[in-house]
Amino acid sequence: MKTIQSKYDVVVIGSGPAGLAAAIAAKKEGAEDVLVIDRDLEPGGILLQCIHNGFGLETFQQDLPGPSYAQRFIDEAVGLGVELLLDTMVLDITSQRKVTVSNRFMGIADIDARSIVLAMGCRERTRAQIRLPGFRPAGVFTAGTAQRWVNVEGYMPGSRFVILGSGDIGMIMARRLSLEGAKVERVLEIMPFLTGLTRNYVQCLNDYDIPLQLSHTVNRIIGKNRVEAIESVQVDERWNPIPGTSEIIPCDTLLLSVGLIPENELSKKAGVRIDPITGGPYVDDTFQTNVPGIFAAGNVVHVYDLVDWVTEAGLASGRSAARFATTVRNSEIRHIPLVAGENVRYVVPHELDKDNLANGEIRLQLRVKTPIEAPTRIEVSDGENLVTRKVEPYARPGEIITLTISPRAYDDVQRAGRLVVSAVKR
Amino acid sequence: METEVQRMICITCPKGCTLEILRDGDVIVDVKAGCKRGKDYAHAELTDPRRMIASSVVIEGALHPLLPVYTSAPFPKPRIHELMQTLRAAKVQAPVKMGDVVLEDVLGTGINIIASRDMTRI
Ligand SMILES: Cc1cc2nc3c(=O)[nH]c(=O)nc-3n(C[C@H](O)[C@H](O)[C@H](O)COP(=O)(O)OP(=O)(O)OC[C@H]3O[C@@H](n4cnc5c(N)ncnc54)[C@H](O)[C@@H]3O)c2cc1C
Ligand code: SF4
Repeated sequence: MKTIQSKYDVVVIGSGPAGLAAAIAAKKEGAEDVLVIDRDLEPGGILLQCIHNGFGLETFQQDLPGPSYAQRFIDEAVGLGVELLLDTMVLDITSQRKVTVSNRFMGIADIDARSIVLAMGCRERTRAQIRLPGFRPAGVFTAGTAQRWVNVEGYMPGSRFVILGSGDIGMIMARRLSLEGAKVERVLEIMPFLTGLTRNYVQCLNDYDIPLQLSHTVNRIIGKNRVEAIESVQVDERWNPIPGTSEIIPCDTLLLSVGLIPENELSKKAGVRIDPITGGPYVDDTFQTNVPGIFAAGNVVHVYDLVDWVTEAGLASGRSAARFATTVRNSEIRHIPLVAGENVRYVVPHELDKDNLANGEIRLQLRVKTPIEAPTRIEVSDGENLVTRKVEPYARPGEIITLTISPRAYDDVQRAGRLVVSAVKR
Repeated sequence: METEVQRMICITCPKGCTLEILRDGDVIVDVKAGCKRGKDYAHAELTDPRRMIASSVVIEGALHPLLPVYTSAPFPKPRIHELMQTLRAAKVQAPVKMGDVVLEDVLGTGINIIASRDMTRI
């Protein structure tokens, strides 16, 4: 098991096309270490189950299946030294960019990020969200769940199907199930028009003689233990059932392809503002959310129809995240602590930005621990070499001592990893 | 001579243009399309319709029981059913690399069946 650092320049949540592109671009833009976290056992996101062709026409001018499109980015990311943390759930993120993860080998652990890219994709609307009446027998699934079973796990969820929704996932599944020998009785669409691509109507429904009915929906599910049939009905323009149009369609499985919702439970925990229309974060032109250092790309922002655009957004967000992380890292390097040394109780400020010395002197104030009723040297060193000093006639805990570091000490201070202040009798 | 116009949707890319095919009986006189590939599609669709087919074959020794595969070129539409039967009978062993030929010259069509991804042996 490889070791995971406690801090990364860029942490990407989600290893779909958006997350992989973000990680690749962040590395190329100069991020030193990039970690991609995914709950799945393998990187690639939803593309791994989209085994059909049609991906990459814009990016590669090639007609690739989903897994091939994903693998090109996986190979590139790994080649660039992007680290993958798989089989790992992200439980929480904060506005200070702390990421809490959980997995079998680390238990629950925190990882700090100089910047974060949210790339969690989307999830499917379910039966509960569209309020389908009737019993709750087995045999009602979302199209994406069925897609994973059929294409990845090798399990057929039924033999006679009705599909609700004419989106691309529904139509692509209609073809896939037909190829595997199942009968797809009908595709029903509540809208008066097709909601997916026309080419999918031709190559997925027409080619396999699957009837599509527009302005139709499922009125009722019939069956107690297992779906036995559904009752379809025609609707008017306000989605009200038209009396006398119902039809019983025997089937053993109903697939729902009724839309996707960006997956933003985590984003909300970090205070990321969500647009109620897209369901995803508000982003600026660098794909930064309202929380500084937290970026977002892909289906987590809005539901895309072409993966090529997801990749493009991922690349842009990764570049922005790397730039942000570099700024934070440089400022971390510039910030050094001021340490209370011999006979000093405390020093204010507690740390300083070394570069500020270029703009003028920096004033320190301190109190000693025990009184010295004799001339006292107040010294600032980098631990070994003296940076500056002054002599006070005496030093008493009740009286604050002020000391300035002048711009003349600029070069000495740049070399220091910390500054130690001490008060010693001359 | 009577020419007639036939309309058809091009499925070559996501634009999904409507093609207008001017025919004189069986002879295609002209095709109005969004691009050259659309014209080619119309000719092919009327003489020898083909489709890209993506499916899976059984794999042993990998993380998943199925390996996703696809046809190296569009496959003759009337023989898709036969192709599926051939794929259902096929079985491969992990490891497999993306682009590996899983079945060569399938059903004598000159078309190969290609692995869509790597699958390591576990
Ligand atoms: C079922 C389904 C089928 C689709 N089919 C097609 C299609 O055929 N053609 C097409 O062009 N587009 C399709 N899409 C759209 C497709 O999702 C996008 O084109 C693209 O894959 C989105 O990429 P992404 O990186 O934004 O998200 P995804 O590919 O969904 O990747 C998100 C990743 O984030 C991970 N994740 C989420 N939350 C956490 C967490 N808390 N901790 C750890 N990991 C987490 C997930 O495991 C997943 O791997 C489909 C979408 C779905 C849902
Ligand atoms: S005609 Fe050209 S642009 Fe139009 S759908 Fe076909 S390939 Fe695409």
